[in-house]
Amino acid sequence: MKIIVCVKQVPDTAATMTVDNGAISWGDAPLIINPWDEFAVEAALNLAADQGGEVIALCLGKEGETEAIKHALAMGADSAVMISDPALEGADNVAASKVLTAAIQKIGEADLVLFGQQSVDTDTGLLPVQTARLLKWPSLTLVSKFESVNPGDGKIQVLRSMEEAGQVVDSSLPAVVSVTKDYGEPRYPSFMGIRKASKAEYPVWSLADLGIETPSSSIVWPEVTEPVKKEIVTEIIEGETPEEKAKSLVEKLIAEKVL
Amino acid sequence: MTKKILAYIDHFHGKAQPSSWESLGLAAVITKDLGGETAALILGEGVNELAETAFQYGADQVLLADSPILKNFRPEPLADMVAQAVKDYQPDLVIFPTTSRGRTLAGMTAVDLDTGVMVDVIGLDWAGGEISATRPIYGGKLLAKLTCGTSPQIITLRTRAFDKPEPDSSRSGSVTTLDVGLDGAGVATSIASHQDKGGGVSLSDANVIVSGGRGVALNPALEPPADLDDEAAEIWKAEQGFALVQGLADVLGAAVGASRAAVDAKYIEYDHQVGQTGKVVSPDLYIACGISGAIQHLAGMRSSKVIVAINKDSDAPIFNFARFGLVGDMHAILPPLTSALKEYLAG
Repeated sequence: MKIIVCVKQVPDTAATMTVDNGAISWGDAPLIINPWDEFAVEAALNLAADQGGEVIALCLGKEGETEAIKHALAMGADSAVMISDPALEGADNVAASKVLTAAIQKIGEADLVLFGQQSVDTDTGLLPVQTARLLKWPSLTLVSKFESVNPGDGKIQVLRSMEEAGQVVDSSLPAVVSVTKDYGEPRYPSFMGIRKASKAEYPVWSLADLGIETPSSSIVWPEVTEPVKKEIVTEIIEGETPEEKAKSLVEKLIAEKVL
Repeated sequence: MTKKILAYIDHFHGKAQPSSWESLGLAAVITKDLGGETAALILGEGVNELAETAFQYGADQVLLADSPILKNFRPEPLADMVAQAVKDYQPDLVIFPTTSRGRTLAGMTAVDLDTGVMVDVIGLDWAGGEISATRPIYGGKLLAKLTCGTSPQIITLRTRAFDKPEPDSSRSGSVTTLDVGLDGAGVATSIASHQDKGGGVSLSDANVIVSGGRGVALNPALEPPADLDDEAAEIWKAEQGFALVQGLADVLGAAVGASRAAVDAKYIEYDHQVGQTGKVVSPDLYIACGISGAIQHLAGMRSSKVIVAINKDSDAPIFNFARFGLVGDMHAILPPLTSALKEYLAG
């Protein structure tokens, strides 16, 4: 089975984000693999182990954004491909998914393309569905469980999540799947894995390597701001006993018309 | 510059996601201001009743496709129908709610129509007919202003970010039936079954949320059954703690949330996680019990109107974001708080 798992580098979720002269800054917080993508890598490694096959990590990013690829390789991915081109600065989701689609086609013969459910930076969650639409493959989003996978028959059954219910879906392969945290704990990279990843070499493809023109973007972000800090006056509820505090809180909530 | 707006009504087997009506509410405000009209797009099987409701919430007309092919949520045939409706109706703006289905269909529609989509919008500006959207990024730590240079513009609205209109039962309009020129056999997916999620109030729609963190497992007065190992004993204690959280939530008709620490420790399912890698919520009232307030949790809930923090550590960061703070053990405070609220709400 050939599985491509798309990964992205992002600032740590513990980072304090600021805007300095219009540019987004995360201070000296570390850069990490998008936390959602770890679940996708974990799923890819388990599927490849069960079915036999290979896992290829695919990352679209700026030159030198190596954290996501290194982490995927350290977890156990067999190989990696980076896509990087200065012309992709400011690419929107549709443009990015066109680039990923071209790379997936260039890698060729994938049975599955896995994504995390979204990235913690732009939080759009659009790439899995848009890439699926461009590939004309079924889009299976928010998957927590692979019920059955039969690459020989070209069939897969997964459990997806919706607001009201879980949905067990039968689909043909190849397909695009986004994986949720409910899939299960991702493994920690082993010491050997980290060593292997630090020495790994992988191709960096430009748009010319993919044989495509710069895709146009519809969405522009003229401005990023820090949210206006709400002036919060914290009132500590006093009381001798928990009962008194509880009663006092209820009175305050009523007085402020929260209830 | 008048606007034609198409609002997608998201539903599960005919039961609408309440946020669908928020799209119609926003559309009505825009068209009142700029002129224009709004059509609701309803796709499914046996969904005629939804059309009536859509008129009450402000649709001027309804575009409806009714077919067994569209009964279950399968993105591919549904996205085909959205693209067809857009070609028929020629809207300037297409609005989806930011539900799991709305997000998927918005993304696919943008590809089909070679335009862009602005996701999870919390603010919209349309002065002079030029639309610009505001959306949270980095889990709400920053805000981005976005514009879309191609037509139609597609947005998905964050649940509860825009007002739900009051239904007006005197409103009605015309229903246009869309031709479903799809072949069911050509769809690559089929739905084998659905699994019940066990009900409960949904976090995204909730007016009130009661959340538990690590503190739920720290009741010193509890003695776990002797046959449990340390990990099982901790989870047993956490279950008792979450029972108190649930008890308060039941009285308030609230949803139950959790911090990432509580989810990672397996105290409660991931579905309940609030934060940057969980759900981002903004209820009228958020009660944080035994949650210290890690930055990634704060990112997911700090836009709540009123935050109440209950924590035994008076230095916990959550207190800096809370309107009301109760310093003390949540296990001691929640039972009297629950009964006091029950008494008040019983009138």
